[in-house]
Amino acid sequence: MQTAYLNARLIDPASGLDVQGGLLVDDGLIQSLGAEITTAPDGYETIDCKGHVLAPGLIDLCSFRADSAAAAAGGITTVVLMPDQSPPHDDAAMIATNARPYPKKGEGVRILPIGAATQGLRGEAMAEIGLMADAGAVGFSNGRRALGDSAIMRRLLEYSALFDRMILHHAEDPGLAANGMMNEGETATRLGLQGIPVEAEVMMIERDARLVDISGGRLHHLQISTAESLEAIQRNRAQGRRMSCGTSPQYFLLNELAVTDYRTFAKMSPPLRSENDRAAMVAGLKAGLIDVICSGHDPHDQESKRLPFAEAAFGMVGYQTLLPLSLMLYHAYDLPLIHVLAMLSYHPAKLLGLPGGRLAPGAPADLVLFDLDKPWRIDPGDFLSDTQNTPFEGQPVEGKVLRTIVGGHDVFVEGTP
Amino acid sequence: MWVKITPVRRFFILRWAKGAFITSFLMTQASKPPHPPYLRAMIDPPGGDPFPYRHLLGIEGLQPEQIQHLLDVAESYAVSQRQRQAQGALLKGLTQINLFFESSTRTLMSFEIAGKRLGMDTVSFSVGASSITKGETLLDTAQTLNAMRPDVLVVRHAQSGAVSLLSQKVNCAVINAGDGRHEHPTQALLDALTIRRRKGRLHDLTIAICGDVAHSRVARSNIHLLNAMGARVRVVAPPTLLPRACDRLGVEVHTHMNEGLKNCDVVMMLRLQKERMQGAFVPSEREFFRFYGLTPEKLAVASPDVLVMHPGPMNRGVEIATSVADDLQHSAIEEQVEMGVAVRMGCMDVLTRHMRQEEGKA
Repeated sequence: MQTAYLNARLIDPASGLDVQGGLLVDDGLIQSLGAEITTAPDGYETIDCKGHVLAPGLIDLCSFRADSAAAAAGGITTVVLMPDQSPPHDDAAMIATNARPYPKKGEGVRILPIGAATQGLRGEAMAEIGLMADAGAVGFSNGRRALGDSAIMRRLLEYSALFDRMILHHAEDPGLAANGMMNEGETATRLGLQGIPVEAEVMMIERDARLVDISGGRLHHLQISTAESLEAIQRNRAQGRRMSCGTSPQYFLLNELAVTDYRTFAKMSPPLRSENDRAAMVAGLKAGLIDVICSGHDPHDQESKRLPFAEAAFGMVGYQTLLPLSLMLYHAYDLPLIHVLAMLSYHPAKLLGLPGGRLAPGAPADLVLFDLDKPWRIDPGDFLSDTQNTPFEGQPVEGKVLRTIVGGHDVFVEGTP
Repeated sequence: MWVKITPVRRFFILRWAKGAFITSFLMTQASKPPHPPYLRAMIDPPGGDPFPYRHLLGIEGLQPEQIQHLLDVAESYAVSQRQRQAQGALLKGLTQINLFFESSTRTLMSFEIAGKRLGMDTVSFSVGASSITKGETLLDTAQTLNAMRPDVLVVRHAQSGAVSLLSQKVNCAVINAGDGRHEHPTQALLDALTIRRRKGRLHDLTIAICGDVAHSRVARSNIHLLNAMGARVRVVAPPTLLPRACDRLGVEVHTHMNEGLKNCDVVMMLRLQKERMQGAFVPSEREFFRFYGLTPEKLAVASPDVLVMHPGPMNRGVEIATSVADDLQHSAIEEQVEMGVAVRMGCMDVLTRHMRQEEGKA
């Protein structure tokens, strides 16, 4: 199948390209692109992009449930699935069953599983890293449960390097964060909730940096949330230690006050931090200290959220809000658009060694077409995921996904069911 | 800032001054000049409704005049209670349900007695007997109880925020009888009433709250209330039992008893839960008593007419020495229990005024 996308604003974060032009897709791959393509060759289906942005499809580096329809509606073409499933994805067969690197037409978005780093995610014994890597695991992680045992983390880093796989870590010291529900500080004290100190995150980042030194492995921190973490990252970079890290829109758009009145939809891990931290996250994104923006998509039904705060589940849905909330960095905080898009597609592809995340001849035709300026309000009723737990209800945003393409096939077209 | 003295206000100010004078005279056996009244609590409520809320979920956010109103109503019950007056049956025909998800004896009893003295039909149940143990969620329980059309629901729960969650699902007045480590408003009110009766006022008093502040809902409610009423509040605790950013609640933070108790007018001891003694927060009961237990020696630095309080139940020899607890000159512990009933009567009276179509003003 051949398609021509014409009259688009082509943005490729890999090469820095930003031009008005066309893009040709042949057999699931990008054939050619550029300003000179203004008409469709014979036999090509033509799609008029009406000047909207055509960019590489988003690669979501952290999600806990593969809601394909919701991901497609959010402009996400590749979902990286964390191993925290029931049962945990800790062996090769489970990885092979859940991986969908090459979806056929109508199958939805690509799903790339992360293997469990330890058996049953218990943090005790190493899981079968090599076998899972062969079965399609793109990296390894202990999911929401951070690895408190430094010796295990060291061995994991050493061993996973053998298969050229990255360890994705939830940066939170389990001892300091035990029983915590929200950011430690004045709000937690007023609400009478057990806090998770900022230091729990910073300590883990600093510890991991030393372990990377002795192991030579590759490490990525999934969602960072504090000003001090950014300082630690900057310091480590200055000393030549290269670890990557990601964050999610809630950490640069919301602060701990969202939890006031015990709003369980704002209960997440890491917790929403202080306004100081939130502002520092924006600055960190601007300074390029953060590599990736991911959704951390983690749906929970009413039964696990309509509970007293301490008993409610952590997490929020994020697929359909990932792009518009990230675009607030461009609209409200003056980050270059291409930089924002790089954190959503090119950087995660590069970290995982994926061929996507760029507009280049021969790259997979995973694309997102979006109206950069369209204003709308986030309405959880529109979400295609099974649940609607978002703290962003009613949030005005700009930027709406019009069309999502995976391997040359439409997986989402705005206005069609 | 000047407040215009209207004839009505002048009446209140004079009444207040007189009361303060007489009380302080009786208590200390010494003549002191009357203390100026706390004007901030004497503002007439906007709209004429002295307590415009459906529930009593916490002290945080209440205005001084609203707290004053609750205390005034409660005080009238305290007086009539003492005089063995028949209470009448002001709330006859209304139903009160006490829903306790956490075990409690004194608070539950206090609410039951208060309800009965007001003529209400009182039903209590505790977690052991409820279907919570059968897996029913808090909100389902709330809806079930709501369908039985109670007028007052008194709730205690082990989780912070649980009572406010429940209050969103019911039509009746909800009183928070303690939620996690968040708030315990009736305890703070009864403490305040006790202080007010013994000291004649709440403002311009130095009040030290000592012990396990981090896990205490009593401490939080008391801090909010006493701050609103113009008292100077200190907390005294080992660093492991102080919540982070505690000073942001508007208190002075001390970690040594001799500094914290210096010249203070009231000492409120907090109960230390025994499970927190097992090494994680403090090493042992005997060590805690050595450094933070209230003894006559530690109390010596406080003001000579210091008032000692404890929300109960006490761990004698852990946070308070028997000689201090039983010292009638200083200890107000028994009076606190007595005021507990009066305060709970007052709260239920005020919260049901709307449904009884009573005039709001006492």
